[in-house]
Amino acid sequence: MFHRERSVPLRGSAAALCNNLSVLQLPVRNLTHFGVVHGPSAQLLSAAPEGVPLAQRQLHAKEGAGVSPPLITQVHWCVLPFRVLLVLTSHRGIQMYESDGSVMVYWHALDSGDAPLVQAVFARGIAASGHFICVGTWSGRVLVFDIPAKGPDIALSEELAGHQTPVTDIAAEPAQGRDCVADVVTADDSGLLCVWRSGPEFKLLTRIPGFGVPCSSVQLWQGAIAAGYGDGQVRLYEASTGTLHVQINAHARAVCALDLAPEVGKLLSAAEDTFVHIWKLSRSPESGYIEVEHCHGECVPDTQVCGARFCDPSGSSFAVTGYDLAEILRFSSM
Amino acid sequence: MSLRTLPLLFLNLGGEMLYILDHRLRAQNIPGDKARKDEWTEVDRKRVLNDIISTMFNQKFIEELFKPQELYSKKALRTVYDRLAHASIMRLNQASMDKLYDLMTMAFKYQVLLCPRPKDVLLVTFNHLDAIKGFIQDSPAILHQVDETVRRLTETYGSLSAGEFQLIRQMLLVFFQDLHIRVSIFLKDRVQNSNGRFVLPVSGPVPWGTEVPGLIRMFNHKGEEVRTAEFKHGGSYVAAPKEGSFELYGDRVLKLGTNMYSVNRPVETHMSGASKNVASRTQDCIAPNPLAKEELNLLARLMGRMEIKKHSGTESGFRLNLFTTDEEEEQAALSRPEELSYEVINIQATQDQQRNEELARIMGEFEITDQPSQSASKGDDLLAMMDEL
Repeated sequence: MFHRERSVPLRGSAAALCNNLSVLQLPVRNLTHFGVVHGPSAQLLSAAPEGVPLAQRQLHAKEGAGVSPPLITQVHWCVLPFRVLLVLTSHRGIQMYESDGSVMVYWHALDSGDAPLVQAVFARGIAASGHFICVGTWSGRVLVFDIPAKGPDIALSEELAGHQTPVTDIAAEPAQGRDCVADVVTADDSGLLCVWRSGPEFKLLTRIPGFGVPCSSVQLWQGAIAAGYGDGQVRLYEASTGTLHVQINAHARAVCALDLAPEVGKLLSAAEDTFVHIWKLSRSPESGYIEVEHCHGECVPDTQVCGARFCDPSGSSFAVTGYDLAEILRFSSM
Repeated sequence: MSLRTLPLLFLNLGGEMLYILDHRLRAQNIPGDKARKDEWTEVDRKRVLNDIISTMFNQKFIEELFKPQELYSKKALRTVYDRLAHASIMRLNQASMDKLYDLMTMAFKYQVLLCPRPKDVLLVTFNHLDAIKGFIQDSPAILHQVDETVRRLTETYGSLSAGEFQLIRQMLLVFFQDLHIRVSIFLKDRVQNSNGRFVLPVSGPVPWGTEVPGLIRMFNHKGEEVRTAEFKHGGSYVAAPKEGSFELYGDRVLKLGTNMYSVNRPVETHMSGASKNVASRTQDCIAPNPLAKEELNLLARLMGRMEIKKHSGTESGFRLNLFTTDEEEEQAALSRPEELSYEVINIQATQDQQRNEELARIMGEFEITDQPSQSASKGDDLLAMMDEL
């Protein structure tokens, strides 16, 4: 069903982080942008449809005091109504660039003031919601930045308090138009999920407790939350109520990435067990409950997968990164 | 960065080092009454292990090790093991020391990568320490030091969350990134491929706390299960039998971290085809690091706590060769690929308290300034001074 396509070579291998692949699809220009974290640097590259690499750029975390250069935790493209920004989070702070990574438009240093001595200080978890960009931190605080239509006049709008442990991932989807609709989900190391309604002031709608393992990756689709956990489970919840509707024993090791093809309701899950699975999400016409069906499983031999993304809106192709692997693997069913 | 990673890294690498030295010393063992003056005996082997273990688990050293601090680079950490390996009458040439370090790092990389849960790295550490206790059964004083370290490990790591262990694991994997040295024993056991990458099996028991993949359960709004479905996962997993023990004594269940060397197995490494991605590795090893001084400060502090026994004047060092012949050792030294050279920093930290204080004072004089050109030469001065100590 899916066959291997030509890999895209990387300058540096991928680091063993979760959500370690960001993809920006530019169908109009017939290009795909990829972003991968190596360690103290991240690599951005653009490729033509056949996977031929065209241009590449390396970004580094801003230097600071310390024995070794700061490590990057995540790199992610944020698609906003009038612009696309590239966000990079590290053990120093948050850097925002124009989408090709050429110009840094904003830098936010993390305040480690009240961190206990042994605590690692870092930012992690990035998502765009309307004209906001939400970024998670080691303390559990989620920083909400207000992004203007153009220019560097970015401002910290709000700090959300909902988590007590480091944030792992954030997901958002366009509000469906009704009131009280959940459109942002944040996840943390304890497995707790917080469900929010975005706005000039974010409102916490509901909390979904964890069960002792980190929730490493989260997605939001038509009011359904998909969450991947450190024990290999993928769970689907109703966002407005927090009710668990589906529990999948999906993987034999920690889930490290989830992605969505929202137009067709396809979910991609990848884990350290070397497997990538594709699922079809739907809502039962009678009950309205979320349902899921397994579509496809792919083994990436001897590879601890650390990032996975769909590469086209119909979910017919996807890309994968693995720890220690200096290439982006591509799969297609077209 | 997680500031709690160094003790786990140090103790596990140290454990692997002891396995390899023990194995190699046994292989070169000559019965006591038949041995010439320059040959190894059983008594010598035990003495070397005793000396190294007692230095490794010295209370002041362990205290310094457990202080929250960043991980050292591979180059810097290698210096500590260099010193440790010479804590006794044993001497190792550069080539043998390089090979020893390669084997140690690849072994622990394998163990970290294959840990079913991030928390299991603690079980791996306990496996190493259990084996170390076996080496020094006849020395109650050193045994007590090791037990103290186990207690300290439990205190530091016993109550960490799964998320904190995941961060520690990620830090360890950063340390081992891009290392693909092929190890004979791994190749023979088919745990490593010929391209240097480790085999990740898709069968066997799932980690403790994980369900066997393949089941989908669906619930209604009341939380009642309304339907189940199965899917084909692709692997062939079974349930985990039981959880390993985190107590002072107990069945660890996990085999990672136990001694994989037995008397008859050769211990070789292959240097070729080590790393395809030379560019990223040379950046780590060879590019000038303006923060090297900071690292030297930390190193000097740690090694200043190492109490190396003084040996009587009449005893010269016994050389241990990690290769099968002296010619092979020489050849290995000549043909070691550039990107794998460790460029050892030659620090001879002493036990002399006064000297340590002076060292600290000297270090303090060299503040890190914002002028990169100046700091480069200051760093050189510091390195030169260390060599002269």
